[in-house]
Amino acid sequence: MSVVRLPDRQLAVVLAAYRGAARAKRLQFFVAAAVLVALIGLSAVQAEVDPKTFFAEIGGFFSYFDRLMTLDTGARVWTDPASWFWSLKRSLRLIGETVLMAYVGTLTGATLAFCLNFLGSPNLTGGAATVFLTRRFLEFCRTVPDIVFASIFVVAFGLGPLAGVLAIAIHSVGALGKQFFETTENIDMRPVEGLRAAGASWIETIRFAALPQVLASFTSFTLLRFEINVRGATVLGFVGAGGIGLDLMEAIRKFYYSDVSAILVLIIAAVMAIDISTQYLRRALIGEARS
Amino acid sequence: MTALANAPRIDVEALKTRHPSAFQANWRARVVAGAVIAAMLALFVGAFVYFDVPWGRLLPGLAQLAWFVREMIPPDPGGHLVTYVNGLGETLAISLLGTLLGALFALPLGVLAARNVIPAAWLRLPVKRFFDAVRGVDTLIWALIWINVVGLGPFAGVLAIATSDFGALGKLFAEIIESADRREVEGVRASGGRRLAEVRFGLLPQVAPVMAGQVLYFIESNTRSATIIGVVGAGGIGLFLAEQIRVLEWRQVSFIILLILITVAAIDFVSSHLRAAIAGRRSTPR
Repeated sequence: MSVVRLPDRQLAVVLAAYRGAARAKRLQFFVAAAVLVALIGLSAVQAEVDPKTFFAEIGGFFSYFDRLMTLDTGARVWTDPASWFWSLKRSLRLIGETVLMAYVGTLTGATLAFCLNFLGSPNLTGGAATVFLTRRFLEFCRTVPDIVFASIFVVAFGLGPLAGVLAIAIHSVGALGKQFFETTENIDMRPVEGLRAAGASWIETIRFAALPQVLASFTSFTLLRFEINVRGATVLGFVGAGGIGLDLMEAIRKFYYSDVSAILVLIIAAVMAIDISTQYLRRALIGEARS
Repeated sequence: MTALANAPRIDVEALKTRHPSAFQANWRARVVAGAVIAAMLALFVGAFVYFDVPWGRLLPGLAQLAWFVREMIPPDPGGHLVTYVNGLGETLAISLLGTLLGALFALPLGVLAARNVIPAAWLRLPVKRFFDAVRGVDTLIWALIWINVVGLGPFAGVLAIATSDFGALGKLFAEIIESADRREVEGVRASGGRRLAEVRFGLLPQVAPVMAGQVLYFIESNTRSATIIGVVGAGGIGLFLAEQIRVLEWRQVSFIILLILITVAAIDFVSSHLRAAIAGRRSTPR
């Protein structure tokens, strides 16, 4: 096998071009790095980052976890599960409430997002104004954080899970609505045109042409959102909107160390259980859609 | 017109005999779907019974909400514009520093959780479960914990974002490394490259742009989280927002929300363009 070698004069031109390109790329990289370093410096000043406090207190972080794992008696938590989880009944009830809040909020949000998303896809809706308005509304719903909605609702409806459910529902409308219309936008239009040509109404077109194409991914998105909402619902109690959050905040603020770790263990276990089961359901769903 | 009239008619009967399933209702599927929907609705209604919702407050609450919205217009900073813009700057700083710090710590552990780096499951799976556990705890909970360690202020917010990102990014980094193509690394080895050259020219060009894109995306989405981290006292605009809601200064509430919406939209815009630029630099299609 012989390797073709260009004449030196041609090779010099090619090499010069290569070196130029490599240098340009390197310059680009260094400029980007310099901008990043400048931004980091600026942010560090703005966020009052103090490495001295950090290194003085970092030991505190680990000793904090050490204290989390210690009972009031000084024994390790796992040596006495009964007093570690002394409030197990109450915590489990509150975690159940948290999961139910996420469930009700997600279901409400998904239903509304389902109704709205067809208005937000230009291939199914005639008016550009409808599409524009629907999309801006959904954007508003998902950009305002759910905890902000929750704290406003707590003022209006009082303390309790209702405020949390409404906040989760509104946030889910925005987040799911966007994923839904992005799916609907990209469906195969031939069934839609077929039904339109046969004289079907708008509702019939959506039911028999759009729905069969999008239902599986809609369900998958909703399950994923449920998982995210369970995680989010654990902190809605911080503003009094129901769930385990209020108990957790109290335990952290009042330094009830072993209670904090007990609640955290329960939250992590619940979130992981929901993670695994939704993942299983989504896999089953995708498998069904493929077959 | 005549052409259409003479066109062959579709023989519906023949189609029915050929594809009977398309013309019959699938009763089994319908019953299953109905049962699932009924169970979901029952749980939905049951949840409201369990919540013990004060239904009497619903209508007055809605009226009050409408009043709040009327009160919010027009948005008005109430003379605190500089404070709010400064708080927003703090929010942006928290999100940038927190994400970068989280990525810095996630990288080495993410490498350890990748299947193609550490084939031994007993070493790899604990790291993965550890990431899952960190991810399962919300950013606001981490913020409360860090406040106990470094005190109130934005620094606690930076560390909270870093901690929760550490879990999410570690998992993502591991997945990115796992999906890297072996052949490019083998190509470098075949042409006589050393181990370091394999990583630099075989692996890094594949994973670095994807990782950078993910980090950028996290900075973008953390801007949203960082706006609320102040609710528990960990710095940023959230502190002012929570305060103004508590004292029912609705004009200032709507002003702050508007400020957040504009900032998030701007960051979205910048970040999506940067991400497209980074992704575009990979000229060779996979």
